[in-house]
Amino acid sequence: MRRLAFVYCLIIFGAIVLVFNSCENNNTYTHGKILYENFCANCHMEDGTGLAEVIPTLVQSDYVILNQDKLPCIIRNGLSGEITVNGKLYNTEMSGSPKLTEFEITNVINYINTAWGNKHTIQKHLDVRKALEECDAEK
Amino acid sequence: MKYLNLIVIMTFLIGCNDQPPAKKVLPILGNKEIVGKDTIYHSIPDFSFINQDSQIITNETFAEHAYVVDFFFISCPTICPKTTKQMLRIHDKFKDVDGINLLAHSIDPKRDTVGALKRYARNLGVTADKWHFITGDKYEIKEIADDYFSIVIEDPDAPGGYDHSGRLILIDKNRHIRSFCDGTDPGDVDRFIEDIQTLLDEK
Repeated sequence: MRRLAFVYCLIIFGAIVLVFNSCENNNTYTHGKILYENFCANCHMEDGTGLAEVIPTLVQSDYVILNQDKLPCIIRNGLSGEITVNGKLYNTEMSGSPKLTEFEITNVINYINTAWGNKHTIQKHLDVRKALEECDAEK
Repeated sequence: MKYLNLIVIMTFLIGCNDQPPAKKVLPILGNKEIVGKDTIYHSIPDFSFINQDSQIITNETFAEHAYVVDFFFISCPTICPKTTKQMLRIHDKFKDVDGINLLAHSIDPKRDTVGALKRYARNLGVTADKWHFITGDKYEIKEIADDYFSIVIEDPDAPGGYDHSGRLILIDKNRHIRSFCDGTDPGDVDRFIEDIQTLLDEK
């Protein structure tokens, strides 16, 4: 009887471990992923790799790492002019997505920061709000 | 005696299996007209455009080659980068193979000048001996799109100013359409690449 109880415990423990593991493996920014696929993936592609030297990659991109504080405004207002990403020069105008709210922009950034093997620090919603207030004031 | 019958039957069976598999032939697509004993297939009419090296590109350019066609514009914020990425896949796959070229029509002649097309091609890492980026009269481009069963509509309400389909179309050296696919669907492009190979094997 005791042995049976032990086996039951083991099975339940195993089930709990399995559930936790599967939660951890998923990218938790499901909303960010949907927004990314609707607003960004046409150009940056679903796998984040961009297009040759026309559209820069978001995967292990030094530009994304170094410009975390600028990402909210880039997503909202777009970007033009020359930039260098992983040693390559890009000069294609990026259009912004002015309709995205600060919550949505936070979700998109955190999806990019954690997708495709990226392991950048998660951005907080309040920091995104502050960055957006600054660039909206500049306009 | 029983065994002899068996051997005879087996020989027939093996004989059947030895026949080579039927070779796949791509159909000629589009409406066809039957005039007397001849069938007239839909074919691409005469055209003349200018590519990224300021060369004039006509049907004669492809007299000895099959070619893959798409319609795009550089500042397109919707499907173009995806279809161009698939065109690039086709380019890389066949870049050392004679007999197949690529032809991308810009539908935005105002912004996509020869210089802009040249820069775009360079940024993609491709040259005009394999992949032509062409521009020309806006109405002629729209008209030829119809002949390729592709859609190009100027629409100020559409993102970037144009509505168009992301179709990739395969034309043989006799100006006939032999296959097409959805250039935004990598799986469909896989099948299209097989079709290109089938056409190249056709002799």
